[in-house]
Amino acid sequence: MSLITIEKKVLEANNSIADENRSKFKEKGIFSINLISSPGSGKTSLVEQTIIHLKDKMKIAVITGDIQTNLDAERIDKFGVPVVQIITNGGCHLDASLVRNAYKEIENEDIELLIIENVGNLVCPSEYDLGENHKICVMSVTEGDDKPLKYPLIFHHSEAFVINKIDLIPYLKCSLDEMRNNAVKVNPKLKVFSTSCYSCEGMDEWTKWLFHQCRM
Amino acid sequence: MHEVSIASEIIEIVRQNLPDGFDNKVKSVKLDLGEFTNIVPEALKFGFEVLTEGTELDGAQLIMNILPLKIECQICENVSLTEPGYFFCVKCGTDKVNIISGKEMKVVEIEIYD
Ligand SMILES: Nc1nc2c(ncn2[C@@H]2O[C@H](COP(=O)(O)OP(=O)(O)OP(=O)(O)O)[C@@H](O)[C@H]2O)c(=O)[nH]1
Ligand SMILES: [Mg+2]
Ligand SMILES: [Zn+2]
Repeated sequence: MSLITIEKKVLEANNSIADENRSKFKEKGIFSINLISSPGSGKTSLVEQTIIHLKDKMKIAVITGDIQTNLDAERIDKFGVPVVQIITNGGCHLDASLVRNAYKEIENEDIELLIIENVGNLVCPSEYDLGENHKICVMSVTEGDDKPLKYPLIFHHSEAFVINKIDLIPYLKCSLDEMRNNAVKVNPKLKVFSTSCYSCEGMDEWTKWLFHQCRM
Repeated sequence: MHEVSIASEIIEIVRQNLPDGFDNKVKSVKLDLGEFTNIVPEALKFGFEVLTEGTELDGAQLIMNILPLKIECQICENVSLTEPGYFFCVKCGTDKVNIISGKEMKVVEIEIYD
Protein backbone atom coordinates (compact mmCIF):
# COMPACT_ATOMS: atom_id res chain seq x y z
CA MET A 1 0.00 0.00 0.00
CA SER A 2 1.28 3.47 -0.72
CA LEU A 3 0.07 7.02 -0.28
CA ILE A 4 0.16 9.61 -3.03
CA THR A 5 -0.18 13.24 -1.98
CA ILE A 6 -2.18 15.32 -4.43
CA GLU A 7 -3.46 18.60 -2.88
CA LYS A 8 -5.42 19.67 -5.94
CA LYS A 9 -8.62 21.71 -6.11
CA VAL A 10 -11.48 19.63 -7.46
CA LEU A 11 -12.54 22.37 -9.87
CA GLU A 12 -9.01 23.28 -10.97
CA ALA A 13 -9.62 22.14 -14.56
CA ASN A 14 -12.74 24.30 -14.80
CA ASN A 15 -11.04 27.23 -13.11
CA SER A 16 -8.13 27.25 -15.52
CA ILE A 17 -10.49 27.33 -18.53
CA ALA A 18 -12.39 30.11 -16.75
CA ASP A 19 -9.12 32.04 -16.44
CA GLU A 20 -8.51 31.56 -20.18
CA ASN A 21 -12.01 32.89 -20.90
CA ARG A 22 -11.40 35.83 -18.60
CA SER A 23 -8.17 36.85 -20.28
CA LYS A 24 -9.68 36.41 -23.75
CA PHE A 25 -12.63 38.63 -22.79
CA LYS A 26 -10.27 41.21 -21.34
CA GLU A 27 -8.10 41.24 -24.45
CA LYS A 28 -11.22 41.80 -26.55
CA GLY A 29 -12.54 44.56 -24.28
CA ILE A 30 -15.55 42.51 -23.18
CA PHE A 31 -17.18 42.91 -19.78
CA SER A 32 -19.20 39.85 -18.80
CA ILE A 33 -21.81 38.95 -16.24
CA ASN A 34 -23.17 35.56 -15.18
CA LEU A 35 -26.88 35.70 -14.24
CA ILE A 36 -27.91 33.08 -11.70
CA SER A 37 -31.40 32.39 -10.30
CA SER A 38 -33.93 29.65 -9.72
CA PRO A 39 -36.08 28.69 -12.72
CA GLY A 40 -38.43 31.49 -13.71
CA SER A 41 -37.17 34.35 -11.51
CA GLY A 42 -36.94 36.46 -14.63
CA LYS A 43 -33.38 36.17 -15.98
CA THR A 44 -34.40 36.25 -19.65
CA SER A 45 -36.89 39.04 -18.96
CA LEU A 46 -34.11 41.02 -17.26
CA VAL A 47 -31.82 40.38 -20.24
CA GLU A 48 -34.54 41.67 -22.58
CA GLN A 49 -35.03 44.83 -20.51
CA THR A 50 -31.28 45.34 -20.19
CA ILE A 51 -30.92 45.13 -23.98
CA ILE A 52 -33.76 47.64 -24.48
CA HIS A 53 -32.12 50.08 -22.07
CA LEU A 54 -28.51 49.70 -23.18
CA LYS A 55 -28.40 48.66 -26.80
CA ASP A 56 -27.98 52.19 -28.14
CA LYS A 57 -25.12 52.78 -25.74
CA MET A 58 -23.12 49.58 -26.11
CA LYS A 59 -22.72 46.40 -28.11
CA ILE A 60 -24.32 43.48 -26.29
CA ALA A 61 -24.20 39.72 -26.88
CA VAL A 62 -25.89 36.92 -24.96
CA ILE A 63 -25.05 33.31 -24.16
CA THR A 64 -27.99 31.52 -22.62
CA GLY A 65 -28.00 28.10 -20.97
CA ASP A 66 -30.97 25.80 -20.61
CA ILE A 67 -31.47 22.12 -19.92
CA GLN A 68 -33.68 21.87 -23.01
CA THR A 69 -34.98 24.05 -25.88
CA ASN A 70 -33.72 27.21 -27.55
CA LEU A 71 -36.75 29.20 -26.45
CA ASP A 72 -34.68 31.74 -24.52
CA ALA A 73 -32.36 32.33 -27.50
CA GLU A 74 -35.42 32.85 -29.73
CA ARG A 75 -36.66 35.53 -27.32
CA ILE A 76 -33.30 37.33 -27.32
CA ASP A 77 -32.87 36.97 -31.08
CA LYS A 78 -35.89 39.25 -31.63
CA PHE A 79 -33.82 42.12 -30.22
CA GLY A 80 -31.22 41.78 -32.94
CA VAL A 81 -28.23 41.03 -30.72
CA PRO A 82 -25.85 38.08 -31.24
CA VAL A 83 -27.07 35.15 -29.12
CA VAL A 84 -25.88 31.58 -28.59
CA GLN A 85 -28.01 28.91 -26.93
CA ILE A 86 -26.27 26.25 -24.86
CA ILE A 87 -28.41 23.15 -24.29
CA THR A 88 -26.99 21.16 -21.39
CA ASN A 89 -29.18 18.06 -21.89
CA GLY A 90 -29.85 17.62 -18.21
CA GLY A 91 -26.76 19.42 -16.89
CA CYS A 92 -27.80 21.62 -13.98
CA HIS A 93 -25.19 24.36 -14.50
CA LEU A 94 -22.93 25.98 -17.09
CA ASP A 95 -19.21 25.36 -16.86
CA ALA A 96 -16.26 27.25 -18.30
CA SER A 97 -15.73 24.94 -21.26
CA LEU A 98 -19.37 25.22 -22.37
CA VAL A 99 -18.96 28.99 -22.34
CA ARG A 100 -15.64 28.80 -24.20
CA ASN A 101 -17.28 26.77 -26.98
CA ALA A 102 -20.33 29.01 -27.14
CA TYR A 103 -18.18 32.14 -27.32
CA LYS A 104 -16.37 30.74 -30.38
CA GLU A 105 -19.61 31.18 -32.32
CA ILE A 106 -19.62 34.92 -31.68
CA GLU A 107 -15.91 35.69 -31.37
CA ASN A 108 -15.89 37.77 -34.54
CA GLU A 109 -18.65 40.04 -33.27
CA ASP A 110 -17.84 43.39 -31.76
CA ILE A 111 -18.97 42.95 -28.12
CA GLU A 112 -18.69 45.23 -25.09
CA LEU A 113 -21.11 43.52 -22.73
CA LEU A 114 -21.50 39.74 -22.72
CA ILE A 115 -24.48 38.53 -20.68
CA ILE A 116 -24.36 34.85 -19.74
CA GLU A 117 -27.70 33.52 -18.52
CA ASN A 118 -27.06 30.40 -16.48
CA VAL A 119 -29.37 27.38 -16.24
CA GLY A 120 -32.25 28.11 -13.84
CA ASN A 121 -30.86 26.74 -10.56
CA LEU A 122 -29.84 28.57 -7.40
CA VAL A 123 -27.52 25.89 -6.09
CA CYS A 124 -25.23 24.24 -8.62
CA PRO A 125 -24.08 27.20 -10.77
CA SER A 126 -22.63 29.06 -7.78
CA GLU A 127 -19.65 26.73 -7.61
CA TYR A 128 -18.54 27.19 -11.25
CA ASP A 129 -16.42 30.10 -12.41
CA LEU A 130 -17.15 30.80 -16.08
CA GLY A 131 -14.60 33.57 -16.50
CA GLU A 132 -17.17 36.32 -15.92
CA ASN A 133 -16.36 39.65 -14.27
CA HIS A 134 -19.37 39.51 -11.98
CA LYS A 135 -21.86 36.93 -10.85
CA ILE A 136 -25.30 38.52 -10.50
CA CYS A 137 -27.94 36.77 -8.46
CA VAL A 138 -31.59 37.28 -9.40
CA MET A 139 -34.51 36.39 -7.15
CA SER A 140 -38.19 37.24 -7.50
CA VAL A 141 -40.31 38.45 -4.60
CA THR A 142 -42.61 35.42 -4.95
CA GLU A 143 -39.78 33.18 -3.74
CA GLY A 144 -39.96 34.60 -0.20
CA ASP A 145 -37.77 37.01 1.73
CA ASP A 146 -35.97 34.28 3.72
CA LYS A 147 -34.34 32.69 0.68
CA PRO A 148 -31.01 34.56 0.78
CA LEU A 149 -30.34 32.88 4.13
CA LYS A 150 -31.36 29.48 2.80
CA TYR A 151 -29.18 29.66 -0.32
CA PRO A 152 -26.26 31.73 1.01
CA LEU A 153 -23.43 30.56 -1.24
CA ILE A 154 -24.63 32.31 -4.39
CA PHE A 155 -25.12 35.57 -2.47
CA HIS A 156 -21.63 35.21 -1.08
CA HIS A 157 -20.18 34.89 -4.58
CA SER A 158 -22.27 37.61 -6.23
CA GLU A 159 -21.38 41.23 -6.84
CA ALA A 160 -24.98 42.34 -7.18
CA PHE A 161 -28.44 41.06 -6.34
CA VAL A 162 -31.48 41.90 -8.43
CA ILE A 163 -34.82 41.50 -6.65
CA ASN A 164 -37.29 41.08 -9.49
CA LYS A 165 -41.09 41.14 -9.95
CA ILE A 166 -41.58 43.91 -7.40
CA ASP A 167 -44.85 44.77 -9.17
CA LEU A 168 -46.27 41.71 -7.38
CA ILE A 169 -45.45 42.96 -3.87
CA PRO A 170 -49.02 44.20 -3.15
CA TYR A 171 -50.26 40.61 -3.48
CA LEU A 172 -47.60 38.99 -1.30
CA LYS A 173 -46.39 38.75 2.27
CA CYS A 174 -42.86 39.33 1.09
CA SER A 175 -40.93 42.25 2.57
CA LEU A 176 -38.46 43.86 0.21
CA ASP A 177 -36.44 45.22 3.14
CA GLU A 178 -36.26 41.81 4.77
CA MET A 179 -35.07 40.18 1.56
CA ARG A 180 -32.45 42.87 1.08
CA ASN A 181 -31.28 42.65 4.71
CA ASN A 182 -30.98 38.89 4.59
CA ALA A 183 -28.88 39.08 1.44
CA VAL A 184 -26.61 41.75 2.89
CA LYS A 185 -26.14 39.65 6.03
CA VAL A 186 -24.58 36.97 3.87
CA ASN A 187 -22.58 39.46 1.83
CA PRO A 188 -22.22 43.01 3.20
CA LYS A 189 -20.61 44.20 -0.07
CA LEU A 190 -23.57 43.14 -2.18
CA LYS A 191 -25.08 45.86 -4.39
CA VAL A 192 -28.87 45.40 -4.32
CA PHE A 193 -31.39 46.44 -6.99
CA SER A 194 -35.14 45.97 -7.12
CA THR A 195 -36.80 45.74 -10.49
CA SER A 196 -39.93 44.92 -12.36
CA CYS A 197 -39.61 43.70 -15.91
CA TYR A 198 -43.31 44.52 -16.39
CA SER A 199 -43.50 48.10 -15.11
CA CYS A 200 -39.76 48.77 -15.74
CA GLU A 201 -39.45 50.16 -12.22
CA GLY A 202 -35.82 50.11 -11.06
CA MET A 203 -34.55 49.31 -14.54
CA ASP A 204 -32.75 52.64 -14.95
CA GLU A 205 -30.78 52.19 -11.75
CA TRP A 206 -29.77 48.61 -12.63
CA THR A 207 -28.75 49.39 -16.21
CA LYS A 208 -26.87 52.55 -15.22
CA TRP A 209 -24.85 50.61 -12.67
CA LEU A 210 -24.14 47.88 -15.23
CA PHE A 211 -23.10 50.44 -17.83
CA HIS A 212 -20.65 52.01 -15.37
CA GLN A 213 -19.24 48.62 -14.42
CA CYS A 214 -18.48 47.98 -18.10
CA ARG A 215 -16.77 51.33 -18.55
CA MET A 216 -14.71 51.15 -15.36
CA MET B 1 -27.46 17.83 -8.34
CA HIS B 2 -24.02 18.75 -9.62
CA GLU B 3 -22.39 16.22 -7.29
CA VAL B 4 -22.05 13.79 -10.21
CA SER B 5 -19.97 16.32 -12.19
CA ILE B 6 -17.91 17.01 -9.07
CA ALA B 7 -17.38 13.25 -8.64
CA SER B 8 -16.17 12.94 -12.21
CA GLU B 9 -13.69 15.80 -11.67
CA ILE B 10 -12.36 13.97 -8.60
CA ILE B 11 -11.98 10.72 -10.55
CA GLU B 12 -10.13 12.56 -13.33
CA ILE B 13 -7.70 14.09 -10.82
CA VAL B 14 -7.09 10.68 -9.23
CA ARG B 15 -6.38 9.09 -12.66
CA GLN B 16 -3.91 11.83 -13.56
CA ASN B 17 -2.00 11.14 -10.37
CA LEU B 18 -1.75 7.35 -10.61
CA PRO B 19 1.78 6.03 -11.27
CA ASP B 20 2.62 5.15 -14.91
CA GLY B 21 1.55 1.60 -15.74
CA PHE B 22 -0.49 1.27 -12.56
CA ASP B 23 -2.67 -1.82 -12.86
CA ASN B 24 -3.97 -2.40 -9.36
CA LYS B 25 -6.80 -0.92 -7.35
CA VAL B 26 -7.22 2.35 -5.51
CA LYS B 27 -7.99 1.85 -1.83
CA SER B 28 -9.15 5.31 -0.84
CA VAL B 29 -9.42 8.92 -1.95
CA LYS B 30 -9.17 11.63 0.69
CA LEU B 31 -11.03 14.88 0.17
CA ASP B 32 -11.16 18.19 2.04
CA LEU B 33 -14.71 19.48 1.83
CA GLY B 34 -15.79 22.79 3.33
CA GLU B 35 -19.21 23.18 4.91
CA PHE B 36 -19.78 26.39 2.96
CA THR B 37 -20.01 24.69 -0.43
CA ASN B 38 -23.13 23.47 -2.12
CA ILE B 39 -22.08 19.84 -1.92
CA VAL B 40 -24.21 17.18 -0.27
CA PRO B 41 -21.69 14.56 0.95
CA GLU B 42 -24.09 11.61 0.53
CA ALA B 43 -24.88 12.64 -3.04
CA LEU B 44 -21.18 13.01 -3.82
CA LYS B 45 -20.47 9.57 -2.40
CA PHE B 46 -23.27 8.07 -4.45
CA GLY B 47 -22.03 9.76 -7.64
CA PHE B 48 -18.50 8.56 -6.94
CA GLU B 49 -19.65 4.95 -6.45
CA VAL B 50 -21.74 4.92 -9.60
CA LEU B 51 -19.03 6.45 -11.78
CA THR B 52 -16.23 4.21 -10.50
CA GLU B 53 -18.07 0.91 -10.94
CA GLY B 54 -15.99 -1.53 -12.98
CA THR B 55 -12.93 0.76 -13.09
CA GLU B 56 -9.60 0.72 -11.21
CA LEU B 57 -11.35 2.89 -8.64
CA ASP B 58 -14.15 0.39 -8.04
CA GLY B 59 -14.59 -0.06 -4.30
CA ALA B 60 -12.32 2.84 -3.42
CA GLN B 61 -13.45 4.59 -0.28
CA LEU B 62 -14.18 8.29 -0.57
CA ILE B 63 -13.01 9.80 2.72
CA MET B 64 -14.45 13.26 3.24
CA ASN B 65 -12.84 15.54 5.76
CA ILE B 66 -15.60 18.07 6.43
CA LEU B 67 -14.21 21.48 7.39
CA PRO B 68 -16.38 23.91 9.34
CA LEU B 69 -16.96 27.54 8.38
CA LYS B 70 -14.39 29.55 10.31
CA ILE B 71 -13.64 33.26 10.30
CA GLU B 72 -10.74 35.33 11.54
CA CYS B 73 -11.17 38.94 12.66
CA GLN B 74 -8.97 41.45 10.80
CA ILE B 75 -8.93 43.71 13.86
CA CYS B 76 -8.49 41.51 16.94
CA GLU B 77 -7.44 38.28 15.16
CA ASN B 78 -10.05 36.25 17.03
CA VAL B 79 -10.94 32.99 15.27
CA SER B 80 -14.46 31.62 15.58
CA LEU B 81 -16.86 29.13 14.05
CA THR B 82 -19.83 30.68 12.33
CA GLU B 83 -22.74 30.19 9.95
CA PRO B 84 -23.45 31.88 6.61
CA GLY B 85 -25.14 35.20 7.35
CA TYR B 86 -23.16 35.72 10.55
CA PHE B 87 -19.96 37.17 9.22
CA PHE B 88 -18.88 39.28 12.16
CA CYS B 89 -16.41 38.90 15.02
CA VAL B 90 -17.99 37.48 18.19
CA LYS B 91 -15.35 39.23 20.29
CA CYS B 92 -15.25 42.82 19.00
CA GLY B 93 -18.31 42.92 16.74
CA THR B 94 -16.66 44.13 13.52
CA ASP B 95 -17.70 42.69 10.15
CA LYS B 96 -14.10 42.94 8.93
CA VAL B 97 -13.51 39.20 8.98
CA ASN B 98 -11.87 36.74 6.60
CA ILE B 99 -13.14 33.25 5.93
CA ILE B 100 -10.24 30.96 6.78
CA SER B 101 -11.94 27.61 6.32
CA GLY B 102 -15.17 26.18 4.98
CA LYS B 103 -14.84 26.76 1.23
CA GLU B 104 -12.43 23.90 0.48
CA MET B 105 -13.04 21.35 -2.23
CA LYS B 106 -9.74 19.59 -2.68
CA VAL B 107 -8.37 16.13 -3.39
CA VAL B 108 -5.72 15.69 -0.69
CA GLU B 109 -4.27 12.23 -1.16
CA ILE B 110 -4.98 8.74 -2.39
CA GLU B 111 -3.99 5.33 -1.13
CA ILE B 112 -3.26 2.59 -3.66
CA TYR B 113 -2.56 -1.14 -3.54
CA ASP B 114 0.96 -1.77 -4.87
N1 LIG C 1 -45.08 40.03 -12.62
C1 LIG C 1 -43.87 39.89 -13.15
N2 LIG C 1 -43.59 38.81 -13.89
C2 LIG C 1 -42.35 38.70 -14.42
C3 LIG C 1 -41.36 39.68 -14.23
N3 LIG C 1 -40.23 39.29 -14.86
C4 LIG C 1 -40.52 38.11 -15.44
N4 LIG C 1 -41.79 37.74 -15.20
C5 LIG C 1 -42.50 36.54 -15.67
O1 LIG C 1 -41.92 35.41 -15.04
C6 LIG C 1 -41.91 34.28 -15.90
C7 LIG C 1 -40.49 33.73 -16.05
O2 LIG C 1 -39.67 34.72 -16.65
P1 LIG C 1 -38.34 34.35 -17.46
O3 LIG C 1 -37.72 35.62 -17.87
O4 LIG C 1 -38.61 33.34 -18.50
O5 LIG C 1 -37.49 33.67 -16.28
P2 LIG C 1 -36.08 32.91 -16.38
O6 LIG C 1 -35.39 33.14 -15.08
O7 LIG C 1 -35.35 33.32 -17.60
O8 LIG C 1 -36.52 31.40 -16.50
P3 LIG C 1 -35.59 30.13 -16.85
O9 LIG C 1 -34.61 30.56 -17.88
O10 LIG C 1 -36.54 29.11 -17.34
O11 LIG C 1 -34.96 29.73 -15.54
C8 LIG C 1 -42.48 34.78 -17.22
O12 LIG C 1 -43.84 34.47 -17.26
C9 LIG C 1 -42.28 36.29 -17.15
O13 LIG C 1 -43.21 37.01 -17.92
C10 LIG C 1 -41.69 40.83 -13.43
O14 LIG C 1 -40.90 41.73 -13.18
N5 LIG C 1 -42.96 40.87 -12.92
MG1 LIG D 1 -34.49 32.14 -19.10
ZN1 LIG E 1 -12.55 41.08 16.49
